[in-house]
Amino acid sequence: MERAVDVLIVGAGPAGLAAAARLAAAGAGRVEVLERERTAGGVPRHCARGGFGAFTGPGYARRAVRAAVRAGAVVRTGAGATGWAGPLTLEVTAPTGLERITARAVVLATGARERPRGARLVPGSRPAGVFGTGELQQSVELFGLRRERIGRRAVVVGSEPVARHAARTLRRAGVTVAAVVADRPRGPRLPGPVLRGATVVELVGRGRLSGVVVRGADGRTGLLRCDTVVFTGDWIPEHELARTGGVPLDRATLGPAVDPAFRTPVPGVFAVGNLLRGVEPAVVAAAEGRAVAAAVLARLAGAPWPGPGVPVAPEGALRWASPNRLTGPAPAVLLRPADRLVRPLLTVTQDDRILYEARLPGLVEPHRSLRPPTGWTADVDPAGGPVVIRLDGTGARPTPAPARSRPH
Amino acid sequence: MTVTRRGALPDGPGPGAAYDVTVVGAGVVGCAIARELARYSLRVALVEASGDVGEGSSKANTAILHTGFDAVPGSLEARLVREGGRLLAAYARETGIPVEPVGALLVAWDEEQLAALPRLAAKAERNGHHGTRPVGAAELRTLEPHLGPGALGALAVPDESVVCPWTTPLAYATQAVRSGVDLHLDCPVEKVRPGGPGTPHRLITRRGVLRTRYLVNACGLYADAFDALVGRYDFTVTPRRGQLLVFDKLARGLVRHILLPVPGVLGKGVLVAPTVYGNVLLGPTAEDLDDKTATGSTAEGLAALRAQGGRILPALLDEEVTAVYAGLRAATGAEDYRIAAHPGLRYVTVGGIRSTGLTASLALGRHTVGLLADAGLELGPERPLAPVTMPNLGEAFPRPYRDAARIARDPAYGEIVCHCERVTRGEIRDALASTVPPASLDGLRRRTRARGGRCQGFSCGAAVRVLFEEGTR
Ligand SMILES: Cc1cc2nc3c(=O)[nH]c(=O)nc-3n(C[C@H](O)[C@H](O)[C@H](O)COP(=O)(O)OP(=O)(O)OC[C@H]3O[C@@H](n4cnc5c(N)ncnc54)[C@H](O)[C@@H]3O)c2cc1C
Ligand SMILES: Cc1cc2nc3c(=O)[nH]c(=O)nc-3n(C[C@H](O)[C@H](O)[C@H](O)COP(=O)(O)OP(=O)(O)OC[C@H]3O[C@@H](n4cnc5c(N)ncnc54)[C@H](O)[C@@H]3O)c2cc1C
Repeated sequence: MERAVDVLIVGAGPAGLAAAARLAAAGAGRVEVLERERTAGGVPRHCARGGFGAFTGPGYARRAVRAAVRAGAVVRTGAGATGWAGPLTLEVTAPTGLERITARAVVLATGARERPRGARLVPGSRPAGVFGTGELQQSVELFGLRRERIGRRAVVVGSEPVARHAARTLRRAGVTVAAVVADRPRGPRLPGPVLRGATVVELVGRGRLSGVVVRGADGRTGLLRCDTVVFTGDWIPEHELARTGGVPLDRATLGPAVDPAFRTPVPGVFAVGNLLRGVEPAVVAAAEGRAVAAAVLARLAGAPWPGPGVPVAPEGALRWASPNRLTGPAPAVLLRPADRLVRPLLTVTQDDRILYEARLPGLVEPHRSLRPPTGWTADVDPAGGPVVIRLDGTGARPTPAPARSRPH
Repeated sequence: MTVTRRGALPDGPGPGAAYDVTVVGAGVVGCAIARELARYSLRVALVEASGDVGEGSSKANTAILHTGFDAVPGSLEARLVREGGRLLAAYARETGIPVEPVGALLVAWDEEQLAALPRLAAKAERNGHHGTRPVGAAELRTLEPHLGPGALGALAVPDESVVCPWTTPLAYATQAVRSGVDLHLDCPVEKVRPGGPGTPHRLITRRGVLRTRYLVNACGLYADAFDALVGRYDFTVTPRRGQLLVFDKLARGLVRHILLPVPGVLGKGVLVAPTVYGNVLLGPTAEDLDDKTATGSTAEGLAALRAQGGRILPALLDEEVTAVYAGLRAATGAEDYRIAAHPGLRYVTVGGIRSTGLTASLALGRHTVGLLADAGLELGPERPLAPVTMPNLGEAFPRPYRDAARIARDPAYGEIVCHCERVTRGEIRDALASTVPPASLDGLRRRTRARGGRCQGFSCGAAVRVLFEEGTR
């Protein structure tokens, strides 16, 4: 079946739903959200007690769905976008049949996932009992999987806040958390026995996991007995649809390259939320969903699509910057440090011209993004070279990057 | 149709009767032999130690349907690979096993390798392959634009293909069972009491005694151990591990052919190949071990693979890894299969099927049945096998999620459960209700690809598990 809508949003998580609510309320015409899962709401659906302001994750998800529907958006579940049939035409599979939906504007909000064990190249056997947080949370929170089905003794791998969520979920299901293995020597507060600066270097066990080999900060290895291991964090944008649609990715974020209005280089295609760079708190994703509305409305009204703009290059102790191209003033720029630093120096330059320089107060940490003031973005020369954003540490010893041999 | 997983074994189909033939080991070889035997009005059992077919070496290989161009000319392996390759290609078309005839390029990276290519072409000739052709550096670059710098030329081997290693043994087993073979899973044979003239062998299994007139050893890595049970000590199996990396589907555009290394003094080297599932494979390593269960990967192995892959196809290293696995080849120190018939014992050993068993499987089946007949087994008239059509796991062929007519008839094929691999609820349901149903989530993955994609269950793992548990309750 061939259909046309005004705005097609792929992904009914916080970002997609917020965009839908804002656009429908603003009279953008037919605004349709595609969600491949049976229930809309995105990741918060299975974050039973995550910090979502005053809400639990599921409560937050329900509210976001209600807001979009009330505003007049159509939220369709069980409908997965599987590819492109044209520049702004998506192929969709649903129990009701195949569809080709052409939109005047497409907003990609497909979220992010955790890198699984294989993608982290953790060697060893391939036993049962290996989870990611997404699967663990869904098993427990959506399907009520109890301890017997998960295991008795678990090891959690990761040093981002999501490791805490995983440990909590395990405990709630009655599983003992033997240890949290955190590759960084310092980081967010984590529950229970925490092995800092340690990495899991091998999985052991036939059929069922029987333990993990851990290399400690001192370089020595030992076997931690457990029948379950949860690999947390290490995010990668769910960028398949973006890539197959010809949307160029940013090498640092692995998400679509976007300008401050969330426009990708492909005319009519926008991208918001965790798809841009992996996981930020839900409020950040939702704010981006709301913020994209203005540019989508402008596009519907016939505004021209801007050129490529000026690339943003993160340097020094920065892992990535988002947006990754500047086409005009940016209301916000998210920066992710690669290291833990005390009072680092942030400098923004273009062609040897200093646009901004400031010493950031306190501590920056690799599990939290920075959001410096953006007044300088108005001074960017649209015909100039790349804007280099640089973070330099002083005082604190930089911590080594997590042990992954990735080229980007 | 009989597939058993627990309980006492039926003592032959009729009261007091023994099986005519029992094949021990339900890898791709044992399944192919059982299928071939199913053409005759014989009572046949296929007995497997693990809970599923194809759980041994057969599930973890490189999935190339070889032409046999580089086999040792005149060897049994050369003949059976050549025959088997043709038979399997035709069988795949008939039953829906995914095969993609992508062709291979033996890429030369230095002068020595370049100089070896004509020799390999001549060897291919001797093996009956007349289609190879030299490819110059410039043409090679247009054939494989992402190849790393330094490739000097290649030998094109047009008929090499990639095949689905999971559907293949499953198709054989399914067809065998539908044609009357009894498949007994979770049934390791622990002892054999060979029968004298006129009396059947007694196989002592963990699930009781099974009696059989003729016996086939298709035990893969354990073929030597099984031989010992009947008092034969003809060879020793040394497991040779191969570790492999599977790259994401988004890397598929980087490679068009199977990129084979030129075999040299430093061993066979690793290849880069597309898979029928639309991924890219890098591997395998070759490590001789003494542990037949050592199917784990190692940090050194993975690092070596990445280093070699990075030279062949630099852009590959920027892509995400979907999975890491390792398989064990049954090396025996000989450059050929170790197939032996012992007519006095009414026993055939099909051993040492090292690195070409998937390709040769159908020919191995035929060959083995011939040996059984020579040893006195009366086959009687042939009858047609029950037809089978396998579910398609191949990316180059229509998958249910894209089949409008099928979804219209049954909306379950429009309900995608595993999003990375686009596996629908209908396919999972079908697999659970199939002739040889999966025994585990991994078995379900090999039948449907569910949970086998880039997220490895982050999004779908919980839902797939629930479907599996409901479906096998
Ligand atoms: C395990 C975990 C725990 C977290 N805990 C917290 C917390 O406690 N507090 C907090 O504030 N934040 C938390 N977060 C972060 C928060 O969940 C995310 O910031 C937020 O969900 C991002 O919203 P999103 O819309 O970008 O992506 P998602 O919520 O991931 O939504 C993307 C949606 O797109 C759908 N989709 C993807 N591809 C397609 C397609 N091709 N067709 C149709 N639909 C598609 C997906 O099914 C999904 O529903 C957590 C995240 C994770 C992963
Ligand atoms: C890394 C690697 C790459 C390869 N690449 C290719 C390729 O590209 N192309 C190709 O054609 N071939 C390839 N091969 C070779 C191919 O995989 C093997 O030749 C083939 O799988 C062997 O099948 P099999 O049935 O002999 O052994 P298996 O699959 O190991 O089956 C033997 C079965 O016997 C069972 N068994 C053992 N002992 C007993 C007992 N006492 N009682 C009951 N059951 C028992 C085992 O449980 C097992 O299931 C490769 C192999 C490896 C390891």
